[in-house]
Amino acid sequence: MTRLVPFPLVSLSLLGFWLLLNETLSPGHILLGSVVALIGGWGLAALQPPKARPRRLGAIFRLAFLVVVDIVRSNAAVARIIFGPERRERTVGFVEIPLELRNPYGLAALACIITSTPGTLWVDFNEASGILTIHVLDLVDKAEWVDIIKGRYERRLLEIFT
Amino acid sequence: MNAADELSALPAVLTAVFLVGGAAITLIGSLGLLTLRSFYERVHAPTLGTTLGTACIAIASMIYFSALGTRPVLHELLIIVLIITTTPIGLMILVNAALVRDKSESDGAPQRKAKDEHP
Amino acid sequence: MSMMLAWSITTAQILLGCAMACAAFRILRGPRAQDRVVGFDSLYVNAMLLVLTLGIRTGTTLYFEAALMIALLGFVSTVALAKFLLRGEVIE
Repeated sequence: MTRLVPFPLVSLSLLGFWLLLNETLSPGHILLGSVVALIGGWGLAALQPPKARPRRLGAIFRLAFLVVVDIVRSNAAVARIIFGPERRERTVGFVEIPLELRNPYGLAALACIITSTPGTLWVDFNEASGILTIHVLDLVDKAEWVDIIKGRYERRLLEIFT
Repeated sequence: MNAADELSALPAVLTAVFLVGGAAITLIGSLGLLTLRSFYERVHAPTLGTTLGTACIAIASMIYFSALGTRPVLHELLIIVLIITTTPIGLMILVNAALVRDKSESDGAPQRKAKDEHP
Repeated sequence: MSMMLAWSITTAQILLGCAMACAAFRILRGPRAQDRVVGFDSLYVNAMLLVLTLGIRTGTTLYFEAALMIALLGFVSTVALAKFLLRGEVIE
């Protein structure tokens, strides 16, 4: 089974993408999509990526909901900055955050989350020291951002990717 | 626009709201590209369009075609997924490139500076 | 009701057109190469959204595929441009 489908999640989402792209649930397309998914899985196996075992479906959904809420909220915040008067002196800057997360997939998910929330940008992750550098548009308090990233996202990602 | 005549009220209103909302958010992001002062501020601006802007317009498209065809049309989800997963990669490399260029510029290479640093 | 929808589509197209103009201004004005790449990144996303809106206007799903292509190629070219700025070559 692991030889035939080395990455079941990837193959399953490839099949899902194929069916979405063709907007159908007909048996022919399911068959064709399965072939594509199998070949895609083998192709990925040739690249030998590290194995991922995401656990706790509930935690994944809670994190996704949290991220959607944060995206909407920070969209409003950035819109306010763009339209806002120049009266307040804004500081832009880099924040360095020491992370415990080491799983490459967890880090990739964190990169997507941080960059998709407007106002923060993933800049660099030092693998040796485990220090993440992010760029923040409206920097008030560095410790606050460390708390947000560590407490809000990293804790939940550690739960999912152990 | 003859196809839209048979659309009922609720999907039409939802489509209109999401469409105009998404377009307005995208415009705000692009205005930020215009008004913000430094590169590191400007690089944040497009993320407005790539997250909420894209999501709203894709949702509008989904609602519209689902109501038009009386069956769920969900393939716009692919665009949302694609845009949300690809923007971080591009912006990350771009910010790193900007950092490297800034550093190499402050170290030396003054002959290229005159042309580049025009405000 | 369809009148309102038509107006909202036109409004959205005008807004997206203005957004593309802002991005194009940033590409033309610079001042530095990375600013132009950010402008390009924003430009292709706006163009993709405009194509999606056009699809709603004409009522054909064909435009969806065009939008998907714009998104894919735009991403690849942004990464290639950024990589070029980073290293001076795209494929090492």
